[in-house]
Amino acid sequence: MKELLEGLKSRFPEAITSAYTSPRGDDYLVVKPESLPEVARCLRDEHHFTLYIDTCGIDRLLLPENDPRFEVICTVRQGQAPWKKLHLKAFVAEASPELPSLAGVWKGADWWERYTFDMYGIRFTGHPDLRRILLYEEFQGHPLRKDFPLRGRQPLVAERNFQDLTRGPGAQLPVAESK
Amino acid sequence: MTDMHERATQSPAAEALPAISPGPLDAPLESKRMVINLGPSHPAMHGTVRMLVEMEGETIAKAVPEIGFLHRGFEKSCENSTWTQCLPYVDRLNYVSSTLNDFGYLAAVEKLLGVEIPERAKYIRVIAGELHRMCDHLTLVGAMGLELGAFTVMLYAIEGRELLWDRIAELCGARVTTSFGRPGGVERDLPPGWAEKVVASLDKVAALRDEVDALLTHNRIFIDRCYKTGIIGKEDALNYGFTGPCLRACGVDYDVRKAHPYLVYDKLDFDIPIGSNGDNYDRYAVRIEELKQSDKIVRQALQQIPQGPIIIGDWRIVLPPKPEVYGTIEGVMAHFKLLMEGIQVPAGEAYAYSEGANGELGFYVVSDGSGRPYKCHVRAPGFAMLSAIPQMIEGQLLADLVPTFDTINMIGGEVEQ
Repeated sequence: MKELLEGLKSRFPEAITSAYTSPRGDDYLVVKPESLPEVARCLRDEHHFTLYIDTCGIDRLLLPENDPRFEVICTVRQGQAPWKKLHLKAFVAEASPELPSLAGVWKGADWWERYTFDMYGIRFTGHPDLRRILLYEEFQGHPLRKDFPLRGRQPLVAERNFQDLTRGPGAQLPVAESK
Repeated sequence: MTDMHERATQSPAAEALPAISPGPLDAPLESKRMVINLGPSHPAMHGTVRMLVEMEGETIAKAVPEIGFLHRGFEKSCENSTWTQCLPYVDRLNYVSSTLNDFGYLAAVEKLLGVEIPERAKYIRVIAGELHRMCDHLTLVGAMGLELGAFTVMLYAIEGRELLWDRIAELCGARVTTSFGRPGGVERDLPPGWAEKVVASLDKVAALRDEVDALLTHNRIFIDRCYKTGIIGKEDALNYGFTGPCLRACGVDYDVRKAHPYLVYDKLDFDIPIGSNGDNYDRYAVRIEELKQSDKIVRQALQQIPQGPIIIGDWRIVLPPKPEVYGTIEGVMAHFKLLMEGIQVPAGEAYAYSEGANGELGFYVVSDGSGRPYKCHVRAPGFAMLSAIPQMIEGQLLADLVPTFDTINMIGGEVEQ
């Protein structure tokens, strides 16, 4: 694994700011956001990292080093023995929380990026369908940000226009016009 | 475990019927696409998922799953509880096999703490975990039978699950949400005489499992519904992040217990069943085979289990024994500090993973050095499988959605957190 990390570091000297193994034995590549898809493609095509594990955001607001505020960690695993895993880490600034999407590289990234967007408000550029996934569209705020209050109420949501389910998609029912 | 595919193909039901020649009378009728809303309170959607399907006649042209109806803010709750208080929340992720969640989460906490749990605790974790894995697979097979019209299967499978849950209740004090693990070990030792009762129950469960196997595996209706429906290929499955039985049904032999053995899985003899088609039938058959393997693991573990402590003796992590609390000042202090402040986990981050009932169950935890998790992210195996549902069923019949949804065994608790 050490050779792999060093090899990648020398192959992408600009894109990878550091490659290290944490004291607890997890391997990390810290990648510049704009180069994320390029490194990801190389990992997938040349190093067999075909099994997508997940995307996970961290809000560093209350940690000692909190600039840039967010980090996003993508975990990938080799799709064959020895099934090694690797964490790709990218830092995202609070002012423009954007990161290139990896949904084009691994299909599994699609929903996990929606999840990270839902919870942290980090926008994944180039994502095919970036919507909230667990919460509803009208939800205000991103609950896993550290400055989101634990208690509180969300405003009431106006009733949505609905389509006539029995007749399939078509013109909406003329509810308001009938008066 | 290669015979499961042959079993299906040799069965008379799998032989293709002669195709009917398309004549003018069979010309397809003009039809308009219709949108059907399945769930979230539809029984086949397991109560938590809403599926919008666009139908072209009986065929699904497009499917859009919508989740989140069971979202309870798992991560946010964990960030506001101590490391030990998270256990009940973790239990409620995959509520059918809660000890597996516990042990997966505790593996992450112990990785941060840098502690190694005693040998006996490892065996107890394997035994409890495998019993719960059997519960999970029995539930899946039973529910699958029920939803495909074989109610009897459900009764047999649930009887088996009840037997195992009774044993779990004797061990942990609860049938479903056990909160059994503790950082550094497990909460209590095996009760006296429990091992014999487990073996007796395993015998009964094996008989029930064989009954279920006999009722479904060669059943013509069952094969018609499952064989070559809901197919996903090997590359796509990896790409989507499939793990566990659903990935193994595609012919990929990835099992965390073998690939990166944890606890004492390297000392136990068991096989990894794999399928070949990646269809509903293989996903079902892999589960039946895994029931047999888990049975084998529990029996071996019960024979091998050594004597010794069940939890480490570090009072900064584990509550001191009650005589110490009532008799010594150190005991009182350790008890008080631990309950008021929680375990002081060193700052850092770690990803720990284990084989849950449905695949790789990962926990990404971050500690800032206080008594609460700074972040506790769960990588639910069902999340990846559910995201692949549109690809698996588009172009198939609406009726195929039901077994496909069954076999991926998406558990609302963990997927929707």
